[in-house]
Amino acid sequence: MSSGEVIISPPHMVGTKLQVENLNVIFTRDGKSTAVLQDINLEVSEGEFVCLVGPSGCGKSTLLNTLGGFLSPTSGTVSIDGEVVRGPDPRRIFVFQERGVFPWLTVEGNIGFGLFKLAHSERQVRIAHYVKMVGLGGFEDAYPSELSGGMKQRLEVARALAVNPDMLYLDEPFGALDSITRHTMRGELLRIWETERKTIVFVTHDIDEAVQLADRVVVMSARPAVIQQIVKIDIPHPRDISSPRYLELRDGILQQIGLAHKI
Amino acid sequence: MNPLAEPNKWERLLWPMLASALLLVLWHYAVLWSGTKVLPSPLQVERGMLELLYKNVLWQDIGSSLRRVAIGFGAATALGIPLGLILGWYPAANQIVNPVMQILRPISPIAWIPVAIILFGVGDNAAVFLIFLGAFFPIVVACVNGVSNVPLFYRRAGRNFGLMPAQLLTRVVFPAALPQIIIGLRMALGIAWLVVVAAEMVAVDSGLGYLVIDARNSGKRYDLVVAAMITIGVVGLALDSGFRRLEAIKSIRWGFGK
Repeated sequence: MSSGEVIISPPHMVGTKLQVENLNVIFTRDGKSTAVLQDINLEVSEGEFVCLVGPSGCGKSTLLNTLGGFLSPTSGTVSIDGEVVRGPDPRRIFVFQERGVFPWLTVEGNIGFGLFKLAHSERQVRIAHYVKMVGLGGFEDAYPSELSGGMKQRLEVARALAVNPDMLYLDEPFGALDSITRHTMRGELLRIWETERKTIVFVTHDIDEAVQLADRVVVMSARPAVIQQIVKIDIPHPRDISSPRYLELRDGILQQIGLAHKI
Repeated sequence: MNPLAEPNKWERLLWPMLASALLLVLWHYAVLWSGTKVLPSPLQVERGMLELLYKNVLWQDIGSSLRRVAIGFGAATALGIPLGLILGWYPAANQIVNPVMQILRPISPIAWIPVAIILFGVGDNAAVFLIFLGAFFPIVVACVNGVSNVPLFYRRAGRNFGLMPAQLLTRVVFPAALPQIIIGLRMALGIAWLVVVAAEMVAVDSGLGYLVIDARNSGKRYDLVVAAMITIGVVGLALDSGFRRLEAIKSIRWGFGK
């Protein structure tokens, strides 16, 4: 690693933020039950960035929806700060792909959506702050249909951050973006994470993305999903994506999922 | 001609006008050549129209018809939207009410005329009731569909930000369903305008529908009949294009792919 690189201190892993214990999720449809998640155990520390990867349809999104409180576990528990999760909560915001922004509200309206309990003046200050943070200055009165995919995604992240949550759940947030925009967005997300220090759980099917972003990568198996392996990414940010260590970690995960890294 | 070519502004005006002019010419010569004494030519209709305008009949009748539509359609909107939102919100309630609605919906409001007269007597109320019936069901159905088509992730996002059910309905579900509701309202307004004419032919003695039937009954004035028909068409078109302007509102037009 070159000596001129700025090394950002690792996240303050004060304590356990999220704890998943013996989690099982079984879907029942037409009298047939399918096990989706099987005996998941996971701990995420305060301020940590964790990526969930696995083959498509394996249940990563189901796990994230269960963490977010949108699905109830069949057995086992999800707890945050020692408190069992019973439903969605503004302290933990779920970010969908960019389609989650409300098309009937302007950029300002979207960012201010969750701030209805604040006084008007305070709300305006918050909105202005996050408009600036995600680089949407000048687009305050624009509607989502007038924005590009990357801008919509930034808008949704801003809407989530505006309510000052402790945690963000991101469900393949950059999946619908082109590869150049996706690349920029990863940088933006890391920048925001480094300033705001939220605990992030990020679902992706892109292993490179996971290795570039996460402190730890949770590798899940095909359905019924179990946690196959948890890989600690011990490369400081900004990460050199052609370094031997990066390639080693990435190839290790590819192998774990059963993908040969030759096409 | 390239079918994808966007016509020029003047072309978009010219061709429709030319088509209308051609139709008038055809009509004129059809009357002339057939030698009919009953059906009026365009010029006779124009004179009839002017006569109605001078006698101040036309504006009064337009006013009466619009007033009935405003009351009937307004009541259908005021009752239909909340009912539709509730039924869309509680699918269990919708399952109970839906069969009854699906039977009532295809019954033409015209078939209700005898019932309307028994209930309200011959008069304004009967006409307004018929308009209400014609507009009510399309509005309810559009709302139910609009609400049940709201994508799950909008509702989830709303719940995630801590919205109570009532807030979720007004701040997420209603605006998300609004484009579809607008389409339903526009359809309902079109039906209301069809029904008012029919209702005025039997129940009242004012309005454009009455004008049509009265012009025929009192002296077989077919020039006035056709003049009234054309007025009905023009006012209906104006109502519809007025309503279409709602689709351009910025918080709605996303639902129309604009």
